[in-house]
Amino acid sequence: MSAAPVVTGIGVAAPNGLGTEEYWQATLEGRGGIAPISRFDPSGYPVRLAGEVPGFDAAAYIPSRLLPQTDHMTRLALYAADAAMRDSGADTAQLPEYGAGVSSASSMGGFEFGQRELQNLWSKGGRFVSAYQSFAWFYAVNTGQISIRHGLRGPGSALVTDQAGGLDAVGNARRQIRKGTALMLAGGVDGALCPLGLAGQLSSGRLSTEERPDHAYLPFATEARGHVPGEGGAYLVLEDRDSARRRGARVYGEIAGYAATFDPAQETPGADGLAHAIRRALREAGTDPQQVDAVFADAAGVPELDRTEAQAVTAVFGARAVPVTAPKSLTGRLYAGGAALDLAAALLSIRDGVLPHTANVAAPAPGLGIDLVVGSPRTVTVDCALVLARGHGGFNAAAVVRRAH
Amino acid sequence: MERRVVITGIGAVAPGGTGVKKYWDLISTGRTATRTISLFDPSPYRSQVAAECDFDPVEAGLSPQEIRRMDRATRFAVTAAREALADSGLDLAAEDAREIGVALGCAVGCTTSMEAEYTVLSDGGRHWLVDPGYVVPHLYDQFVPSSIAVELARLVGAQGPVALVSDGCTSGLDAVGHACDLIREGSADIVVSGGTDAPISPITLACFDAIKATTPRNDDPARASRPFDATRNGLVLGEGAAVLVLEELEHARRRGAQIYAEVAGFGTRCNAYHMTGLRSDGTEMAEAVRLALTEARLDPAAIDYVNAHGSSTKQNDRHETAAFKTALGDHAYRVPVSSVKSMIGHSLGAIGALELVACVLAMRYSLIPPTANLHEPDPLCDLDYVPITAREARVDSVLSVGSGFGGFQSAVVLARPERSGV
Repeated sequence: MSAAPVVTGIGVAAPNGLGTEEYWQATLEGRGGIAPISRFDPSGYPVRLAGEVPGFDAAAYIPSRLLPQTDHMTRLALYAADAAMRDSGADTAQLPEYGAGVSSASSMGGFEFGQRELQNLWSKGGRFVSAYQSFAWFYAVNTGQISIRHGLRGPGSALVTDQAGGLDAVGNARRQIRKGTALMLAGGVDGALCPLGLAGQLSSGRLSTEERPDHAYLPFATEARGHVPGEGGAYLVLEDRDSARRRGARVYGEIAGYAATFDPAQETPGADGLAHAIRRALREAGTDPQQVDAVFADAAGVPELDRTEAQAVTAVFGARAVPVTAPKSLTGRLYAGGAALDLAAALLSIRDGVLPHTANVAAPAPGLGIDLVVGSPRTVTVDCALVLARGHGGFNAAAVVRRAH
Repeated sequence: MERRVVITGIGAVAPGGTGVKKYWDLISTGRTATRTISLFDPSPYRSQVAAECDFDPVEAGLSPQEIRRMDRATRFAVTAAREALADSGLDLAAEDAREIGVALGCAVGCTTSMEAEYTVLSDGGRHWLVDPGYVVPHLYDQFVPSSIAVELARLVGAQGPVALVSDGCTSGLDAVGHACDLIREGSADIVVSGGTDAPISPITLACFDAIKATTPRNDDPARASRPFDATRNGLVLGEGAAVLVLEELEHARRRGAQIYAEVAGFGTRCNAYHMTGLRSDGTEMAEAVRLALTEARLDPAAIDYVNAHGSSTKQNDRHETAAFKTALGDHAYRVPVSSVKSMIGHSLGAIGALELVACVLAMRYSLIPPTANLHEPDPLCDLDYVPITAREARVDSVLSVGSGFGGFQSAVVLARPERSGV
């Protein structure tokens, strides 16, 4: 088995910044992207806030022939994937013919597109349904479109594990590279901020009805009352270490370990499954808990889930033994995109020696026993970070990113 | 030591009947289950035929609570999984739950339920803004189809890696490929895998009508799916599920399990060409086949049967015929090739798994299911497609392929684990 793959490119489309540096700057400055929903009139909903990607002019980034056949979230995905490829400087033409692939996560597909075509069908009739509906909404759409745009003919896949997906897609890309693919474009960009999509998200019972943007999503806080839905995410370019070295690529870090587990309990998942995922990921990375400099939490923003996540972290690391942070308090939860964005944040923390804070949260709820980074970013050398993600129904995922030497 | 993956249990919900036995009875006798759609009135649509499952969830043993919360695709999957688990003889209570995973394929998730909910919430499509006050509590689970994998994971008590693999029409094969990765790398000893889909709904009909992917042969539904026939004119939609219990070989041997076959090789490639179109030369599918054969350490000549994608579209049938010639060389002209889609239609994310079950049964019974309705071969499809009637033949190694929207091309090789050279 070859060494851990390295990350050589990052592309971000986040509610608080379109573009990696824009997102990172906003995150370190505590500028959020949660605001009243603008994509439709949410006044009939108990939830009227969301994290929408600002200033996204699709026509400026996406070939015009793709516009009629793509949902908004696929356009964001195409942007992020292209940005990651450019950032990596990789030239797929220099790779073996099937040496590059795509691994994406999805949760709800392209549902704004899907709702529009359902409306066309039911209000006007079948003849008014778009010729692109057969693929524009389905869960594999981003993988297919990215593969076509960048000529990636290696393995392609789409995993659906609810909000753990961003890690699972990157974990799968890591696996493909270890099996011999030179480069994988991997991550998740997600979101369904349309009337039907928001109705579906509401039924999870986990959305916050708080109306003040800076009070609506407060993970680990005593006042936590659910999350704000968002759109966006990130794609990463993962490369085989030797292949990246040969072309002199700039390396953000390596995906040193990854593991996924499941909690089959019907009720709120406990801490054991997540703790087991953390231990397995650390073992795969060959890392002791003491070597981990930061944890990027899943940060559900639901007190019971926050508590079990804190229990899992303290079970592995001890109480207040490692800084924990959740920069997603500025973006809302991006479904399958959220954990991919957290991986990007973790890699940027390694690069810049700074941990973003959990903005809007003054202090963790008493008794959680975690050292939550609050108030302002913390200047600290980060050589190794753990990223956690959980999905509705019992999904747990953990990934270890490490400075590459 | 190298970890190998074997199939130790199978289950199916297919058009023509629930359970592996009824499925095999149908396809081994060359009967077709395609018919005029009965799930709703199909008369507004260009294509009005499909292969439906006569599935009664109560008869299948699902509880009222399960029926209430589960989409049709989920019900299929759970029913097939129960059969597969019983077939495997696994004592789940004696297994380490942390070494059990789920990798289920599904292309369009809970689309049928979502469409039904949509029509309620939008007042029959009149309003763009829906009324969230009427949302059913499980709408989220319909939106995010990982809920289907969750149901299977709870059924088996899995605490290992769980995922829904959604790669369009190759989902069923790719889920098995994913499961093999998990077992080989040591992330699990047992993975409940396969595929499910229940796409027969108005929006699915409308979207396939829009690109003329489905057949307009409404006057002859039983003979509507005609892979490789010169008169074929589009696919016939299907539905169903197949679940395969995949297990690490030594684990299976230790417990004295029946072993149907080894999943000896898997390969997948993207055509990076078009979301729905195929290159006529089948280059990427051929590459996926070569990859699967290499992984299986088998020569093309060792393949005794090719289970084709055979979707009954001109584009596909020529594409994969070319791919077989490229990947198998002269052997492509000698090996029997057939498409069960001629009998059970194309059930999107389920079909790859249903076809693998057909392959397993072909190995077990030394009988190759036919390509029904093939009377006038397309001159450009010049292989041996086992027309009309099943053929007796010893089958030790099988190749099964799939091709899907998004450009996905996948191939699985099944073989006997005790074959020489491994």
